[in-house]
Amino acid sequence: MEKFGFKLSKPRVIDFDRNDKSVAEFIHANEPSFRLCIECGGCSATCTAGNFIPFSLRELHILLKRGETEKVKDNIEKCMLCGKCSLVCPRGVNTRNIIELAKRAFKIPELHAV
Amino acid sequence: MKNEGRKRIWAEYQKKIADDHFFYVRSCIRQSFFPGSEQFFLNFMRDVLGKDVYENPSHTTCTGIGYHGDIVPFSTIMTVVARHFALMTEAGYKNIAISCVTSFGIYTEIIETWKHFPEELEKTREYLYKATGREFNIPENMAHTSDIIYKFRNEIAEKAKNPLINRQTGDPLRVVEHIGCHYSKMFPKYGVGGAEFPRVLSGMAEAWGGEVIDYPERRHCCGFGFRQYLVQANRGYSISNTVKKFDSMKPFKPDLVLTNCPGCNMFMDKWQYTIREMEGTTYGENGESIPVLTYEELAGLVMGYNPWDLGLQYHMVQSEPLLRKMGVEFDGQDKFKTKDGRQMPVPENLINV
Repeated sequence: MEKFGFKLSKPRVIDFDRNDKSVAEFIHANEPSFRLCIECGGCSATCTAGNFIPFSLRELHILLKRGETEKVKDNIEKCMLCGKCSLVCPRGVNTRNIIELAKRAFKIPELHAV
Repeated sequence: MKNEGRKRIWAEYQKKIADDHFFYVRSCIRQSFFPGSEQFFLNFMRDVLGKDVYENPSHTTCTGIGYHGDIVPFSTIMTVVARHFALMTEAGYKNIAISCVTSFGIYTEIIETWKHFPEELEKTREYLYKATGREFNIPENMAHTSDIIYKFRNEIAEKAKNPLINRQTGDPLRVVEHIGCHYSKMFPKYGVGGAEFPRVLSGMAEAWGGEVIDYPERRHCCGFGFRQYLVQANRGYSISNTVKKFDSMKPFKPDLVLTNCPGCNMFMDKWQYTIREMEGTTYGENGESIPVLTYEELAGLVMGYNPWDLGLQYHMVQSEPLLRKMGVEFDGQDKFKTKDGRQMPVPENLINV
């Protein structure tokens, strides 16, 4: 509420103690190649959706690992599951499965809730 | 490490604080917002300890707020401070006791500048002489008034009527100590415990029976930061710092915040009201806010002074919850009454009433 002529700025600190890492843990458990990602950005560079709209699989990957799941929730539906990212990944990460698992986790919270 | 080694290292973090004969310089903010604090200091030093504390009515602001707000040039503030030293020299004093942490930071900065750049000292002597015809000596001992209360903390503990103990539970009160950044973060050698282990307030709280809380943002700025709050649109930076600090201390359930800086005291007190109005957040127990006290006010409470004589009613966050915990006797009806019993107007929206 801007009552006094100024506003509160929310801190931009990544608070690992408070963030919810249960989605990332659920993906780790079901798709071990999630750990192999080196965040090179090959997936984002080749992404069909990312060429036209603001969408980056690399960014979502990092956000999931940090536990900032709200931002992932809003963006993950933009993926068209074309699979080009899996073809270019130098580490052989099964990116399509990661997307599917994340979507499932958001749809059925009981799967990963602590 | 052996104890001897520890003691030797700790000795390096100590500061020499004069014992008597102080030239006292007041703070601009404290006289308006915490009117009982400086009065308690003078009464305690003169009447209880029998020390010689002199103050000169010709003493002015140090212009520190203008200096940190980029309005007053360095050469001007050096000349203003030199005039204070001239008043001290003329009165025959060599020890200066400074009530404000901003002024304390300004004095230390200027004295260090003169040490490293003697030509600046000569220029200042010339400016002051041309403007006022005065000459000055640099003080031999410079102490913040919290240093002096720290030095005499055991004398206060001996006279304690209300130690920092929760009368209901028998546990020590949980104290958050907050030290002004300009006290020892700029020039650590001028502070008790330096910048790393400032001991000035925690020493007092422990001597008077309290328990000091160590929380993650303990050394974070209170949010005062002159330039942030002088411009209204920028005050969001200031209050965001305060929110960060209070968020960090909240889980430790502090009973009070103890400060030695006028700016910290004012902002940690008044921003709690603002945060409550903006977001509905409070940081104390049972939806209350945390009382923020100066070291003189706390010393006065410990020694059994009347809380309304100490000026606690002039804080935004009222101290009633703390007074009840300490077992201090008070009459809420006398809060806004003059000495001769006349009723003064009662402010609206007081917190913790």
